[in-house]
Amino acid sequence: MAAPRAARSNNEVDNPSSLVLRFGPDKPLRLDAGTLLSPFQIAYQTYGVLNDARSNAILVCHALTGDQHVANTNPVTGKPGWWEVLIGPGKIIDTDRFFVICSNVIGGCLGSTGPASTNPATGKPYGLDLPVITIRDMVRAQQMLVDHFGIEKLFCVLGGSMGGMQVLQWASSYPERVFSALPIATGARHSSQNIAFHEVGRQAVMADPDWHGGKYFEHGKRPEKGLAVARMAAHITYLSEAALHRKFGRNLQDREALTFGFDADFQIESYLRHQGMTFVDRFDANSYLYMTRSMDYFDLAADHGGRLADAFAGTKTRFCLVSFTSDWLFPTEESRSIVHALNAAGASVSFVEIETDRGHDAFLLDEPELFAAIKGFIGSAARARGLNA
Amino acid sequence: MSVNGSQRVDLEVVANLIPPQSRVLDVGSGDGSLLELLQETKQIDGRGLELSQRGVNECVARGLSVIQGDADKDLEFYPDKGFDFVVLSQTLQATRNPKLVLDELLRIGNHAIVSFPNFGHWRVRLSLFVKGRMPVTKDLPYSWYDTPNIHFCTIRDFVNLCEELGATVEKATALDASGQKIGLSMPWWFWNFFGQQAVFLLRR
Repeated sequence: MAAPRAARSNNEVDNPSSLVLRFGPDKPLRLDAGTLLSPFQIAYQTYGVLNDARSNAILVCHALTGDQHVANTNPVTGKPGWWEVLIGPGKIIDTDRFFVICSNVIGGCLGSTGPASTNPATGKPYGLDLPVITIRDMVRAQQMLVDHFGIEKLFCVLGGSMGGMQVLQWASSYPERVFSALPIATGARHSSQNIAFHEVGRQAVMADPDWHGGKYFEHGKRPEKGLAVARMAAHITYLSEAALHRKFGRNLQDREALTFGFDADFQIESYLRHQGMTFVDRFDANSYLYMTRSMDYFDLAADHGGRLADAFAGTKTRFCLVSFTSDWLFPTEESRSIVHALNAAGASVSFVEIETDRGHDAFLLDEPELFAAIKGFIGSAARARGLNA
Repeated sequence: MSVNGSQRVDLEVVANLIPPQSRVLDVGSGDGSLLELLQETKQIDGRGLELSQRGVNECVARGLSVIQGDADKDLEFYPDKGFDFVVLSQTLQATRNPKLVLDELLRIGNHAIVSFPNFGHWRVRLSLFVKGRMPVTKDLPYSWYDTPNIHFCTIRDFVNLCEELGATVEKATALDASGQKIGLSMPWWFWNFFGQQAVFLLRR
């Protein structure tokens, strides 16, 4: 591809710097859209060592705009891994003890097959020719990756937000392969309000003339303005009114007085613009459409005749759910309805609601109570699994 | 949700009623003391339901399987006979609808274990009789206007409720002020007078 900056959002799409597992025509990925994806690839990172019994593996599922670089410096942004506060040697999820796997989801843009990947049939990026990907498709692909390691049962599957949806899907689709599940700040379905916010984001991308019906690579363009606006709108939903006001208030940005214009007078405006601009440097616009769609389509109860408890019937998996008081994207009630379903299914379940004003993004931050809950849950699950420190 | 000052003198009595490896739901699991005791000594499969978020978070951090919830609202989500034992320790008198809660315990568990402070205890009677005021004791330390204990009952009241709900009393124990068991052969009226705490093992 010529013109690297315009051609791809980053250089990690077809030949990423992380590990890659490629599946040929003999191993297609069955998609909920009703087609087969083949060939396809999964980009992933691992940390720690798989033990002889293959019983110490933890699968981490990333959120909407996350990636496989959970506990190492991100090759695109140069920033620390997105959950490095939690995962690493001697940390709460101790990579001296556990074998941690994190893969880029199908539909993503950091090395797993997604809309920016080259379509082998045309030699051009898929764009919108890639079928719509669901959370279940992502999990089906992850399962093939787990098979590759010869791991029959994961010790734990954990993740927040869209990652939490994958955790729930794992526990529902492959209960015998999940010893413990830790879905954080998530829901068993995407609410109408959440679909609404995603639609605003998608419309912003598609309204950008540089989007070109999804074929922007072929025009040497990228819909940066649209994607930045999408990110700005979404970012608001990750925070809380209280946290925004605490951080920015009505403070002015590098000026003494209002300018009576439409520059970023307020710090919050400047902050959001910055969030939007940095996002487009690392993320593919079409991938954003696919990721948001996958969350919108997620409805675990609907797959089980409308009864969420049936999604977990007979499960032996140990669950721990976590929500945050100021999260209005996935409010506590979403977690509580999952807890009730798990109760009805007779499952082993813990549920912690954490008091914080940091909103949905709290799951990515240094929240001592979150860490204490994860530590307690993982510790007791490890004892039950016979994994001694 | 364990709301009284008497830091659960009944714990050991309750624990002794539960055979090893049982499936146990502790309703109002508080700081998790009973669940922890049972896991260590009886290797039970234990779950907890606790009203206070702080209590829940502490329990989970200690590796216990506990969820935040309300005995009045959240028991309906548990399946019939999902547990061998459902324990309600020092919590019945703080529920809004004790009859419904007890009914739910009997539905969810093959056995229910209920412990509660006896409002028929002679000190309580004396306080009301002599002082003419709602009793405030070491074990029931709240004033009437701020007490979480909104549905006190006596041992006799409780026995009546069990009959009304068709529950069989498999075992009952009364504890005196020092947590000692009161002799088994004593009649109900004696327990109702001298028992400060009561522990019932029920089935339906």
